[in-house]
Amino acid sequence: MSSADPTLLTLVWGGIILFAVYAYVVMDGFDLGLGLLFLAYPERADRDVLMNSVAPVWDGNETWLVLGGGGLFAAFPLAYAILMPALYAPIIAMLLGLVFRGVAFEYRWRTNRGRWVWDAAFIGGSFVATFAQGIVLGAIVQGVKVDGREYAGGWFDWLTPFSLLTGVAVVVGYVLLGCTWLIMKTDGAIQERARKLGSVFGLATLASIGAVSLATPFVNSDYWDRWFVFPNALFSFVVPTIIVFIAVLMFRSLKVHHHEYRPFVLTLVLFALCFVGLAISLFPNIVPPSISMQAAAAPPSSQIFMLVGVAITMPLIIGYTAYAYWIFRGKIDPEHGYH
Amino acid sequence: MLELFNLENFSALNLARFQFAFTVAFHFIFPSFSIGLASFLAVLEGLWLLTGRDVFIRLFKYWIKIFAVVFAMGVVSGIVMAYQFGTNWSRFSDIAGPVIGPLMAYEVLTAFFLEAGFLGVMLFGLDRVGRKLHFTATALVAIGTCISATWILSVNSWMHTPAGFTTDPVSGQYLPEDWLAIIFNPSFPYRLLHTVTAAYLTTALVVGGVGAWHLLKRRRDNEAVRMMFSMSMWMLAIVAPIQIVLGDFHGLNTLEHQPQKVMAMEGHYESYPEGAPLIIAGLVNSEERRIDYAIEIPKLSSLILKHDLDAPLDGLDTIPDDEEPPVAIVFYSFRIMVFLGTLMALLGLFSLLQRKRGTLYDSRMLHYSALSMAPMGFVAVIAGWITTEVGRQPYTIYGQLLTADSASPLDAAAVGASLIAFIVIYFTVFGAGVFYIMRLMSRPPAIDESASASRDPIRSAGITPGNAMGDDITESPSDGTARRGNGHDLLPGANT
Repeated sequence: MSSADPTLLTLVWGGIILFAVYAYVVMDGFDLGLGLLFLAYPERADRDVLMNSVAPVWDGNETWLVLGGGGLFAAFPLAYAILMPALYAPIIAMLLGLVFRGVAFEYRWRTNRGRWVWDAAFIGGSFVATFAQGIVLGAIVQGVKVDGREYAGGWFDWLTPFSLLTGVAVVVGYVLLGCTWLIMKTDGAIQERARKLGSVFGLATLASIGAVSLATPFVNSDYWDRWFVFPNALFSFVVPTIIVFIAVLMFRSLKVHHHEYRPFVLTLVLFALCFVGLAISLFPNIVPPSISMQAAAAPPSSQIFMLVGVAITMPLIIGYTAYAYWIFRGKIDPEHGYH
Repeated sequence: MLELFNLENFSALNLARFQFAFTVAFHFIFPSFSIGLASFLAVLEGLWLLTGRDVFIRLFKYWIKIFAVVFAMGVVSGIVMAYQFGTNWSRFSDIAGPVIGPLMAYEVLTAFFLEAGFLGVMLFGLDRVGRKLHFTATALVAIGTCISATWILSVNSWMHTPAGFTTDPVSGQYLPEDWLAIIFNPSFPYRLLHTVTAAYLTTALVVGGVGAWHLLKRRRDNEAVRMMFSMSMWMLAIVAPIQIVLGDFHGLNTLEHQPQKVMAMEGHYESYPEGAPLIIAGLVNSEERRIDYAIEIPKLSSLILKHDLDAPLDGLDTIPDDEEPPVAIVFYSFRIMVFLGTLMALLGLFSLLQRKRGTLYDSRMLHYSALSMAPMGFVAVIAGWITTEVGRQPYTIYGQLLTADSASPLDAAAVGASLIAFIVIYFTVFGAGVFYIMRLMSRPPAIDESASASRDPIRSAGITPGNAMGDDITESPSDGTARRGNGHDLLPGANT
């Protein structure tokens, strides 16, 4: 495969996919995090509040996953065609986890006797989907064996200590997102518990980011070169430094009573920085170690055709998504949830 | 049929085909209901705003609870589809991605986000935003479902009648040349109209079946019950005949572009130089390449397909064996669809007759017919889907890319394991969903129907006499003797 420099169109598309995946990770991240936090809130009424806090928006949040997958298919069909078989088991597991998690949003309110079943489906589905997404992340970063235009590895190539580590990292990260979301959307005892859990999982998230960052240069020497060889090395110290700085701000914010939005916003920034780090590691490849963005890119006619659509629809999508969030803004009243 | 169970049929390719057929057929059930239901809800809310009549908002609140469950099932089964292309059909994805990928991306950008963005407002926002704004949200969700159908049927049609592309000599990828030719490929307009109409019919049959159920339960006094039954029967009477005409046009278009599919549909193994018969029923004998026990009408097929009794029609004998679709599946599934479509039109006609006689709400014969037809839209949709997709074989992209060359480089074990997981999980999860939907349907619309309160037992206790929970429902759908004591139909005001 040629590793030609990406054209401007390809770069733009790489940016769009990265943005879609980031939007998915943070938005469905707090949804999935709430699913995991069900374990920390065993009381029925609390769980009602947790679920109601995302009920009007979870479907929109999950749409970013379809854009991520569909966008990859459209803009980088070769990458899609190689990655999906390579990640077969975790992708299928993620999809089935999302099935359980998604229907639980509706079924849970349809039965008294069977509620525990759908609570369990909500927790289990959220965990499986989250862990699988973490494994997918690790499996892409550690690299995929390719022959010609096809995946050439085995069925469990994705399963390594590194991908398990990224799996854990994404789980704790999503729980942190869920905690800071709850601080924003609830008050009283639920919020108090979320603040406490936020500190714990904030620390765990920071530790996971550190562990994944330290392990990354060792899974592939390319990453070592990208991060530790001059002049990139200068930059390499900037990203971790900012991450630590943001994390400190967040820990302090978690303790401040009138800070209700800030912990969530700071968590979004933290995730954004992780994405920057990820982009630095991967660029200019899309399927490491051998397929570059340019080699996987759709022809210019496809790129341009879709770019027109994105340019027109994306501002509208962001606009009405923001509007939907605004309509359902503020604290969840346990007495008057949406359900 | 026994040869189906030969071990060699459990190849990775066949397992992948079965997995895709299974997941897409399951998925298809939900949008074919939610497309129609979203439009029905928009009409109900629009009529409520226009007339101010209470019955429309009661029906709206009754059906939106069902819509919410159907939509959730459609979303989660749809996300699976967005990834199935890559997991199981990676060679197809690589080659066709530059053409169909952008169309699917447009579906996400113009439809999925629109639906998802306004679904929350539609389901939970009635008390939070004004009536007009809420109606706008409902209408946007309904429009979103139709936009979604438009894009995905464009993709599907392109796989049947590919146009507007060239092939890259190095990578083998299809390169788009003319996007308008790709989107508006030759079979697209016919397939779109036929499929969306099928979704509306499917919904009308379900709504009519639910109305008939409550009429049979002697809830004639409930205005909402009468209204839903009347509206659905109007829909059926008008749209079912239109659908038959649309289906005919779609068939003529298929004859032009995919003749062997029509040959298989018709069961024409042989060519008929002097007018082909229409085989109404028969048994496909694929060994001897003929239709046994055929009941046929001479020359009618030529009349339908060529508008001339004596027009010659080619048969499968003119098609190379390796390009012949599986005849039996196509032949039978086509007949199931046509038979059910005819029954739908007859039901519509029957309802017109009873309406004219003033016995629309009293004819138990009509109500039993409507009730037994309630699920038949789904059966017809799946049968039609099987007809067109199996009729395209052995190709994924007709005339261009063989199904055998489309699959992922997967082990049979990997595909088999995931297939079993899909089957087990889909049947349990969606089985539960169907159960909850039927439970919602078994309860008639209440006077003080609530869009959301009955979903939450804490608050519903004091508001809705009998809520949607099955645990404390006061009548069982099977006992046949509805206890009218649960109140909904006897409350004052119901007898309008």
